[in-house]
Amino acid sequence: MIKKTFRQILDFEKPVVELQKKIIEMEEYARETGVDLSDDINRLKKKVDSLRKEIYSKLTPWDRVRLARHADRPYTLDYIERITSEFIELHGDRYFADDPAMVTGIGQIEEHRVVIIGQQKGRDVKENLHRNFGMSNPEGYRKALRVMKLGAKFNLPILTFIDTPGAYPGIGAEERGQAEAIARNLFEMSHLPVPIIVTIIGEGASGGALGIGVGDVVLMLENCWYSVISPEGCAAILWKDNSKAPVAAEAMKLTAPDLLKLKVIDKIIPEPPGGAHWDYDAAAQNLKKALLKELNQLCKIPPQELVEKRIEKYSQMGVWKEK
Amino acid sequence: MDWFKRKKGISSSEKKVIPDGLWVKCDNCGEIIYRPELQKRMFVCGKCDFHFRVSCKEYIQYYFDPDSFKEFGKSIKPSDPLKFKDSKKYTDRLKAAQKATGLNDAVITGEATIEGQPVVAAVMDFFFIGGSMGSVVGEKISRAIERARQKQIPLIIVSASGGARMMEGALSLMQLAKTSAKLAQLSDEGIPYISILTDPTTGGTTASFAMLGDINIAEPGALIGFAGQRVIKQTIGQDLPEGFQRAEFVLEHGFLDMIVSRQEMRSTLSRILKLLQPSENKKTKKKTSTQSQSRGESNEKPIVKKETNSTSTENKKLPHESKT
Ligand SMILES: [Zn+2]
Repeated sequence: MIKKTFRQILDFEKPVVELQKKIIEMEEYARETGVDLSDDINRLKKKVDSLRKEIYSKLTPWDRVRLARHADRPYTLDYIERITSEFIELHGDRYFADDPAMVTGIGQIEEHRVVIIGQQKGRDVKENLHRNFGMSNPEGYRKALRVMKLGAKFNLPILTFIDTPGAYPGIGAEERGQAEAIARNLFEMSHLPVPIIVTIIGEGASGGALGIGVGDVVLMLENCWYSVISPEGCAAILWKDNSKAPVAAEAMKLTAPDLLKLKVIDKIIPEPPGGAHWDYDAAAQNLKKALLKELNQLCKIPPQELVEKRIEKYSQMGVWKEK
Repeated sequence: MDWFKRKKGISSSEKKVIPDGLWVKCDNCGEIIYRPELQKRMFVCGKCDFHFRVSCKEYIQYYFDPDSFKEFGKSIKPSDPLKFKDSKKYTDRLKAAQKATGLNDAVITGEATIEGQPVVAAVMDFFFIGGSMGSVVGEKISRAIERARQKQIPLIIVSASGGARMMEGALSLMQLAKTSAKLAQLSDEGIPYISILTDPTTGGTTASFAMLGDINIAEPGALIGFAGQRVIKQTIGQDLPEGFQRAEFVLEHGFLDMIVSRQEMRSTLSRILKLLQPSENKKTKKKTSTQSQSRGESNEKPIVKKETNSTSTENKKLPHESKT
C-alpha cells in the first residue's frame, strides 16, 4: 500500500511526493490506454527509492521530530487494529473519569493474550479535542495503572505505546495530582510481576511519556523522539527562544540511534521507506514482529526474576564519574 | 494565607536566595530582619513565618541531630554524556555551580540520627543548577535507598528541585524511573520512607520520589507541582488561582499528609519514626524463615544479620564507596 493522500507534506518529503504522483498518473494512464509503461514506471520507482535513501540519510534530529509528529503518522489505535486478532477497550480509572487520551484494553496477538496501554492523538480538530492531543490527565495514568494491575492479576503481559507531547499542563491536572499519578505508575510498573514491553511509536515527551514507560524492554520506532522535555520547551528555557527548537533537538540527543547509544532504549524498530505514515500495514507488521519476539522471550522468565532484572536495568541508567 | 502575596516570578533558579549583608528583607512581607536573628530562627521570618530558601547544609543542620550526619557517596561526580551546550557549555555550568555551592552535584547523601534514631538521608540543594536531577542525583539517591534497605533503617529525602536536568536529556528522565524502582524495592521490605518537600519541588522530582513517601511532608508555602506555572498559563490561556501549587493547596487536594514548619520538623520526624519503626515481628518474618524462634532470640538475630548484610552488600554493590 502506497500513500496517496496527505494531510501534511514535510519539505523534505516533497520531491518524493512529486515522483509518487507521477508514478500514479502513469499507472492510471497505462490502465486507461493499455500502453505498456512498466519500464518507465519501474525506473521511476527505483528513483524514488534512491532519492529517499539520499534524503533520509541526511535528516537532522529536528526532521525526525517532525516525522514523529507527522499528521499522517499511525497512532495507537491504528496499530492495535492491525496487530491484534481481538481487542476489547476498557474505560475509566475508577476514581474520577475516563481519559480518552489514554487507550487501555485487553486483546490477543497470535497466541499471546495481552494488556495494551497507549496514548492516543486525534486525527482532526474534533477528535483532537476529544483526545486532548494525546495529553493525559492524572486519570489517564490511573486508568493505565488499573488496567496494568488487571494484567498482573490475570498473568497477561503488558504492551505500552508511547505517543504524547506531554502530560497535560492544566489546573485540574495539578489539583488531581498529575505528579503523584505519574510517580505512582513508575513505582508500580517497576515491580509488576508480568512482562512489560514499552514501545515509543511517536513522541515521547518527558514524565508524561515515562508514566507508561517503565518496562523489561524498551523499543522505539525509527522516526521518534524521546527526551526529558520537548525541543521547544528546552529552547524556551535554555536558549530563551522557542525558535531555537531545531538547535535544542540536536543538543538533546533525542533520536532513536542516540538513545540506543545512551542505553535508554534497547532496540530500534525499522519503519517502511519514508516513515510509518507511508505504509501503516508495513509499519504494523514490523511492530508486531518485534513485539512477538520479545513476548516469546520474556514469557519464559519467572516473575520474580523478571522484576529483579527490571529494577537492575533501571539501576544502571545514567552516566557519572566516580573516583 | 500570607504566602500568596508573594511576588510572582520569584523562582528564578540561578538567583542567590538569601542576599549577603547584615540586614535581610523578607520576600513575603518586606520586613527588614537582622541576619543573625534570622539565622537563629532557621531563616523563617518572625513576622510572617515565610520560609526562606536555604541550602542542603542548613537543612542538614535543622532536621538532623547535631554532628550526626555522616556523608557517603561523595565520590560520585557529574560528567557530560551529551556534550551539551546551549548559551553555555554544561561542563562550565557544572564548574560554576560546584564553585558557588562547594557541592559536587545537587544532592548530599548520608547517615544521620533524628533524636537518636538512625536514618539514611538524601538532601537536595536548590542552589546547584536549580536542584535539577541528572545522573548523579539519581545515582546518589538510589544508593541512599539501597543503603536504607540493606541496613533496614528509615529513609528521608529532602527535595528542593526544579525537576529533571535538561542538559542530560533522556538520561535525566530515566532517573525518575530509577529512583522510583528502588523505592518500590524498599517499600516491599517494609522500610519507612518520609518525603519532605521544600520550596520548590516541581517537575520530574515531584513526579517520582518526592510524591512517593509513606508520609509526605511539606514546608509551609513551598511550591509543589508537576507542570510549570508559565506553561500552564500559556496552555489554558487564563490566570492561575491564588495559592495554586503551594503546599497548602497540595495538602487541601490530598497529596500531602501535613505541612510542618522548619522549627517543628525534627521533632515531628522523630514522632513519626517512633510509630513507623518496623516491628521486630515483621523484621523476623522477612529475614528469617524459622518463625518458631522465641521472641528473645528473634530480637537479637536481626541485629547481627543486619550488620553482616550491610557489609557484604557494600562490598558487592558499592565498590567505590570504600575508597572514600
Ligand atoms: Zn516576612
